[in-house]
Amino acid sequence: MDLLDNLALGFSEALQWQNVLFCLLGVALGTAVGVLPGIGPTATIALLLPITFGFDDPTSALIMLAGIYYGAQYGGSTTAILLNLPGESSAAVTAIDGHEMARAGRAGVALAVAAIGSFVAGTVATVVLAVAAPVLARAALSFGSAEYFSLVVLGLIASIALASGSTLKALAMIVFGILLGTLGQDMYTGTPRFTFGVRELYQGLNFVAVAVGVFGIAEILRNLHDPRTRTRVVSRVANLWPSRTELRQIVGPVLRATGLGSLLGVLPGGGHILASYASYAVEKRVSRNPGEFGHGAIAGVAGPESANNAAAQTSFIPLLTLGLPANPVMALMAGAFIIQGITPGPDVMTEQPALVWGLIASMWIGNVLLVLLNLPLVGLWVRMLSVPYSVLFPAIVVFACIGTYSLSQNPYDVLAVAVFGVLGFVLIRSGCEPAPLLLGFVLGPLLEDNLRRALLLSRGDPTVFVTRPISGVLLALAVVALVVTVLPMIRRKRDVVFAEDE
Amino acid sequence: MGPGYVPLALGLVLAALGAVIVAKAYVAPDLAPDRAVSDGEASTTSPSDRVIPDADLPDPRPLAGIQWRPTAAIFAAVGFFALTVDGLGLLPATFGTGLLAAMARPGTRPLRALAVAVGLALASWLIFVVLLQLRLALFGDWLGG
Repeated sequence: MDLLDNLALGFSEALQWQNVLFCLLGVALGTAVGVLPGIGPTATIALLLPITFGFDDPTSALIMLAGIYYGAQYGGSTTAILLNLPGESSAAVTAIDGHEMARAGRAGVALAVAAIGSFVAGTVATVVLAVAAPVLARAALSFGSAEYFSLVVLGLIASIALASGSTLKALAMIVFGILLGTLGQDMYTGTPRFTFGVRELYQGLNFVAVAVGVFGIAEILRNLHDPRTRTRVVSRVANLWPSRTELRQIVGPVLRATGLGSLLGVLPGGGHILASYASYAVEKRVSRNPGEFGHGAIAGVAGPESANNAAAQTSFIPLLTLGLPANPVMALMAGAFIIQGITPGPDVMTEQPALVWGLIASMWIGNVLLVLLNLPLVGLWVRMLSVPYSVLFPAIVVFACIGTYSLSQNPYDVLAVAVFGVLGFVLIRSGCEPAPLLLGFVLGPLLEDNLRRALLLSRGDPTVFVTRPISGVLLALAVVALVVTVLPMIRRKRDVVFAEDE
Repeated sequence: MGPGYVPLALGLVLAALGAVIVAKAYVAPDLAPDRAVSDGEASTTSPSDRVIPDADLPDPRPLAGIQWRPTAAIFAAVGFFALTVDGLGLLPATFGTGLLAAMARPGTRPLRALAVAVGLALASWLIFVVLLQLRLALFGDWLGG
């Protein structure tokens, strides 16, 4: 059977000792940044991206970066439960009931439930990924330029529809990102665009520099402007294992959340944060005693934790099959592929099977490592919070500089980090999120290339996007998504989804 | 379809979106009541009834709240590295960058910033040159390295 062969190939690749080591390194780093508030997985991956350039084996690099991503989901929940301090945004929901459980002396159970839920969800989502990815990739191979163009449009629009914040500003950020992507020499004519005679700009902006700037540096500036006090109410962790009744209580929530998370993870823009909020809302609604939520409901921990982990895994599907990153972290992963000289897309599956299946298998291995790493070492992770921010942030700045510079030994890239750091911060301050900007920047060249190629093939006839059936359907979906987002009534409903946790 | 086609189209769309955003800000500011806090009071007005962390939400405070010191210091820190890494080399560049960055936080004592900068220069040498074997000059041409 195909699936088993593929998985066997994946595991033989992922179980090579250096790949296991990088996987361990990734999940350990991920847990660390998940624990520390103020630096998230996006910034960390952005900062480590340049370093992976030096790796000989692309598989190791991608395994490590992926490990950081789902490792952070675990770490974030640990501090959310113990300290009511979500280190990572998707863990905010876990904090509600998780911390209540900790205060009632059930910290150990809450941690164990979070770990078990995440592990089950991660395992199921890995299988979903393994089953769905080849099918989608095969479908994507029949796509022409017109279809790709429409797909990118749909992806960009959908990412706004599911994100929080102002729709208008998100749209503007996407367009701005695409515009930044056009900087440099035009790929058809070689004409320099927006370079103002600066030779260093002919190759366009460095993706890593932009990402490190708008996520890493801007995040530091934001934290420096808003020093939050850290509460230290470490509850003692005892009695790790849940009772049989408690285990029975979480079966339903974990399974529901896994399904929900797997589905939402695939959608652009949503990902793990949306998944955990949605799961909490669902569990509250189906619960026999909803009054329990907010006061230490075990389902309120198991659900969101499973959902965000499942979503973290399945958000790899659009990247591996279509070459479309569903969220900023996936945009960075796409960057990691490109740094290694591989273009993510439907061909990767057939051309680099060892890499893709190794990555998929490593996610399951990573989940095992996380359980082993997290439950016994909880105390260690919590103690990490005592690293003062006054040491942490200069270190991040320095490592960001060195990392970006080492990529191509080009000081201009570092200068771009400085500019985009301040720009990103100003944008955040004005209520514009940097995530759509980065998505636009990554997908922009793809969008332009396919638009122009499709128009060349059709001899300038723009109706080709509507008359080709798949392309037309995709564009129609994009229009529907946009209309739904803009309609005020439905928008209010969207806010309710995000405010459900009160 | 020339090289300017897509940028021009994007520019027009962006300008239109910008105009709408500006107009909307005058007609109906989109600050929700619980998020419309003036600067300085952000942490005191609504302590914890919103559990969504700010990591993925835009900060509703106006640009006026931007502090000069951290912003300039961080920009200078990264800029310093860009301008000196080739000339001075890795060690002096990381030292300067670390120092400038450490000073970004209001109330940092100079001695402590110095200690952080020295530590960071040594740490970057250990991590990037010794461990990761990146080929970076420790001291640059300007210093005769």
